[in-house]
Amino acid sequence: MIEIDKISKLYDGVAAVDEVSMTVDTATITVIVGTSGSGKTTLLRMINRLVEPTSGEVRINGKSTHSVSKTDLRRRIGYAIQGHGLFPHYTVARNIAIVPTLLGWSSEKIDDRVDELLSLFALEPDQYRDRFPAELSGGQLQRVGVARALASRPDLLLMDEPFGALDPIIRAQAQIDLRRIQQTLGSTIMLVTHDMEEAMQLGDRVAVMDQGRLVQYGTPAEIIQNPATEFVANMVGGVDRSLRLLSLFPVSEFVEDGSAEGESVEANTSLRDALSICLWTGRDALPVVQDGSLLGRVTLDAIRKRAAIS
Amino acid sequence: MKKNAIKWSTIVRVLLVVLLISLVVMPTWFSWAFQPFAPEKGPIIYERASLLSLSLSHLGLVALASIVATLVAVSLAILVTRPLGTAFLPLSRTITNMGQTFPPVAVLALAVPALGFGTGPTLVALFLYGLLPIFENAITGFSTLPPATMEAARGLGLSRWQRLIRVEIPLALPVILTGVRLSVVIALGTATIGSTVAAKTLGEVIIAGLLTNNTAYVLQGGLIVGLFAVLIYDALVQLEGLLLARYSISND
Repeated sequence: MIEIDKISKLYDGVAAVDEVSMTVDTATITVIVGTSGSGKTTLLRMINRLVEPTSGEVRINGKSTHSVSKTDLRRRIGYAIQGHGLFPHYTVARNIAIVPTLLGWSSEKIDDRVDELLSLFALEPDQYRDRFPAELSGGQLQRVGVARALASRPDLLLMDEPFGALDPIIRAQAQIDLRRIQQTLGSTIMLVTHDMEEAMQLGDRVAVMDQGRLVQYGTPAEIIQNPATEFVANMVGGVDRSLRLLSLFPVSEFVEDGSAEGESVEANTSLRDALSICLWTGRDALPVVQDGSLLGRVTLDAIRKRAAIS
Repeated sequence: MKKNAIKWSTIVRVLLVVLLISLVVMPTWFSWAFQPFAPEKGPIIYERASLLSLSLSHLGLVALASIVATLVAVSLAILVTRPLGTAFLPLSRTITNMGQTFPPVAVLALAVPALGFGTGPTLVALFLYGLLPIFENAITGFSTLPPATMEAARGLGLSRWQRLIRVEIPLALPVILTGVRLSVVIALGTATIGSTVAAKTLGEVIIAGLLTNNTAYVLQGGLIVGLFAVLIYDALVQLEGLLLARYSISND
């Protein structure tokens, strides 16, 4: 568990981050979202003490981040940034091995870990281990960057706009991969982004920052349904709100008994996609299947009900 | 086509190396070539000292001066590119600039009373003259490191020292090497005037030629120094190329 306790950062008397407190549960993704200048990156960088807080404290599993040296702290916390920041003169394997090497792992243990991570990120170890960063594509570089951040099994992974430099298609895939890997490893992740869409898609919980303050902290659904301020309402977008809300739920949660005509959808399809299919094919209900067996159906009525903000 | 080009340049290199070695070790082989330039009945090949020992001492001087200049210039550059050292940047610039502006001949003249005749003054002159290119290149190298890489190095928990040794120096190395290369080539030429204050260099041959009106000597000395300069320059270019290729293999 990560506890951020009334943390502030002043630059020349002006608060970049103003008494922010929040608690992050283990094995969840928390997304900090805000416009540029909202203090979201400063907040993140105070957790691994790349920025020293003016006041307040961060505790990781009950221990203050000031109880250990900066370098020891950072070696326990993964850090992935926009533009990957790989060492251009290190091979992929050596890049991933940086923190384990600093921690003095045996070379066998390091090699195993590198191969394990490469496989996890769908990069064939034999093929990619000895390549240099200049030989990889943008998406591959980003994956190696995240793999490096996870190499020492850190208590916490901090990500600063990790997908910012990727094009939309690779970006979407990277988000799906991150979710999958987070669930496989049970990692605790804090991620900064300016993109609300990304926040909604990735976050178990979303923290909205505005002018150095934490203005709302809750699940994506809470934030869409009850934006705390006008700023949050603007961030989640006026007209798109209902669709954004629908994209948060899989159809499996709204399956009812009964039959429907036509092509079926998978249980993990989002309500938003199901709605789109209903409209496109002119149907009022869709059959839902999971692992090839029929679960039931999802109806346009049920979708409509979920989308309406009471 | 490309393969042939590489082959040709290798052949030229090997030929030049062979030519240089024979000029130094077996100078009498070339009597016929230098004959037309020697005065009538005068000596053709310089024999007052062995060209090999002159070459070795010439190269030794240049190497020693360049190594010391590199160590000093790079350490200075590291110092002034740290947050605490930035205040010293203008001062260091002034010092290294003075080293470059001050003519080596003047340094020799001034250093002789203090250090006596021989290698000492020459070393000082070469050292001072070589500082600036290395220093300026090292500054450029250390201040143009990729920001994302530096941020990541900090965020991953490398200490200052580890960042310097594992990231900053290796990444700045190609640019530093360019400075070293310039400095070495300048020093190879400049070292010849060291012989005016009795340093053992190939300049001895050239000066002897000038004093006795023997163009054959001047040519011999000049040719050997020139070949050393060209080949060493080329070797350092190759080394830089290798380093750069490793860091930034183009993938498009």
